[in-house]
Amino acid sequence: MLARRVLIGVPYLWLLVLFLVPFGIVLKIALSDYALSIPPYTPTMDFSQGWSGVKRFFAALDLENFWFLSEDDLYWKAYLSSLRIALISTFLTLLAGFPIAYAMARAPQEWRPALMMLVILPFWTSFLIRVYAWMGILSNEGFLNQALMGLGVIGTPLTLLNTDIAVYIGIVYTYLPFMILPVYATLERMDESLLEAAEDLGCSRLSAFWSVTFPLARPGMVAGCFLVFIPALGEFVIPSLLGGSGTLMIGKVLWEEFFANRDWPVASAVAIVLLLLLIVPIILFQRNEQKQREANR
Amino acid sequence: MTSSLDDTAFAPWKKADAVPLIRFEGVTKRYGDFTAIDNIDLNIYEREFFALLGPSGCGKTTLMRMLAGFEDASEGAITIAGQNMKGVPPNRRAVNMMFQSYALFPHLTVYDNIAFGLKRSDMPKSEIAGRVEEMLRLVQLGKFARRKPHQISGGQRQRVALARALAKGPKLLLLDEPLGALDKKLRQQTQFELMDIQEKTGTTFVIVTHDQEEAMTVASRIAVMDHGRLVQVDTPDRIYEAPNSVYVADFVGDIDIIRGHVAAVDGDIAEIVWAEGKPPLRGTAAPGLSAGGPGALAIRPEKITISKDDPGAVHNKVRGKVEDIAYLGSMSTYVVLLPDGVRLKCQMANVRRISRRGIAWEDDVWLSWTDTAGIVLPE
Repeated sequence: MLARRVLIGVPYLWLLVLFLVPFGIVLKIALSDYALSIPPYTPTMDFSQGWSGVKRFFAALDLENFWFLSEDDLYWKAYLSSLRIALISTFLTLLAGFPIAYAMARAPQEWRPALMMLVILPFWTSFLIRVYAWMGILSNEGFLNQALMGLGVIGTPLTLLNTDIAVYIGIVYTYLPFMILPVYATLERMDESLLEAAEDLGCSRLSAFWSVTFPLARPGMVAGCFLVFIPALGEFVIPSLLGGSGTLMIGKVLWEEFFANRDWPVASAVAIVLLLLLIVPIILFQRNEQKQREANR
Repeated sequence: MTSSLDDTAFAPWKKADAVPLIRFEGVTKRYGDFTAIDNIDLNIYEREFFALLGPSGCGKTTLMRMLAGFEDASEGAITIAGQNMKGVPPNRRAVNMMFQSYALFPHLTVYDNIAFGLKRSDMPKSEIAGRVEEMLRLVQLGKFARRKPHQISGGQRQRVALARALAKGPKLLLLDEPLGALDKKLRQQTQFELMDIQEKTGTTFVIVTHDQEEAMTVASRIAVMDHGRLVQVDTPDRIYEAPNSVYVADFVGDIDIIRGHVAAVDGDIAEIVWAEGKPPLRGTAAPGLSAGGPGALAIRPEKITISKDDPGAVHNKVRGKVEDIAYLGSMSTYVVLLPDGVRLKCQMANVRRISRRGIAWEDDVWLSWTDTAGIVLPE
């Protein structure tokens, strides 16, 4: 009995220490005011003054930073822009990932582990190095422009780096495995005789795909979309390295607020709002997973 | 092991002028070096319940998949209702198939599964609902129309698969091991349901099975296959009573095989020498049997009589020792070891109570059978 409680307690303890406590700290900072001190906010808990100190501490907390976020249009523009970039790049990842997953699932059995390995292989290299590599590929004198000009496709180099296009390329490239793997998992599990049954009942190959394969792959696609959308929404490294000055993303704003302005309370408020925005897709994701588990029982 | 279909009333294969629904002419199927189907000629007639029987890998499934359109013949022609089916894809054939795994669409309800083929046919939308209801009634699943496949039992799934395959009213229904996933009791019950439905709808059924009992129960004719060839195509009773080879005799039901040398053939009766210094045994001669070659006497265990006393003036009698007795309730199987090392099975109905049976382990017994009970086959 005790052993069972301890066992159940472990994940809760994990959640408490690594999520709830840090979240509490960030929330507290978000409710504080900016100050020229170390740490750069006020108030701080002072237990030496006893109960009155605690009361004064809570009295000093307010929602001022959140009001500030709604007043300055930079923030909601950044949120909206992040939302747009995340949505578009999720869609593009799906477009690129589905055919790959489909091809993998239909490849001969003995090839599949190798193909799976190839999908996961990029993770063996540091993410930062891979993004830097894209800078080398996409810049005006980069490999892509040189290749295209060498082939005579274009006369003048394309401006790709430091544009939204580069951000899309970066996000699609980085998160592609997160799309491929869940879609592949659903497609691979699919009984091939379902397609034969569809053909037997009057479907052409194409309509069998749309009426059987596609709906059966939907849970995997939904899972993949959430796995790409959720991190892409708060993405910082890709827009700051590949995006231009016009690329507005909330992750970048947060970073600048925190490190450039050293305004920890506003940065924390931005983070809290971002988290609240993400809760909706995360809950939807969990419900999708739950539904799929029930369907597979 | 009953053949419930009356052969005298329904036997189109005996009529010279009957036009077969399906015609295989010199059909061969190769996969690389491997020959799955080896030069098969076969006619299947309308309203038949035709069984393809054989061990796994004998080519029966390939033959069925060629009818469905999933495989093309390497050589020869397959005609269905007079049309050469070469290159005709599965969705353009008036043939439907019930898959071994049932292949029900997991994302669709029972109703939508059955309606799937109808929605893709030229049936007007208004008639689809009525047809689906009719199919649901046929397989007695009306109450489960709104359930998903994973919410019903294996037996119900099997019936959904059948209803879905029948919904479009195909000329030919193919059943790939349709009852393989069911337990024995349900399987037997479903066999009768299948026959019932086949009779009601008048559809031609071709069933693939490795279960000889199932084939015997449901089929009007059985094709026994081995290594891509048809070994024997005949009615269940003929397959059982008059197998044309040791392979068929051995595959269908329990049988005792006594190997030897065909000593003489006199009209319908053949004699086989099976052991030094023993009188030859007699059996019905298989068609085309000639004296002089190696042969085998095949006899069903239930046609052998076991007794403690010498049965007297019969040709076919052998002595042995009871090695094993299996009591099966309604009957008992005795395994008798002959002095030459040949083991024979004998089945006797338990018409008396067990205490009065009088034959026990290690008893010396006589086995006997009539001249026509066994069949002498060439080897």
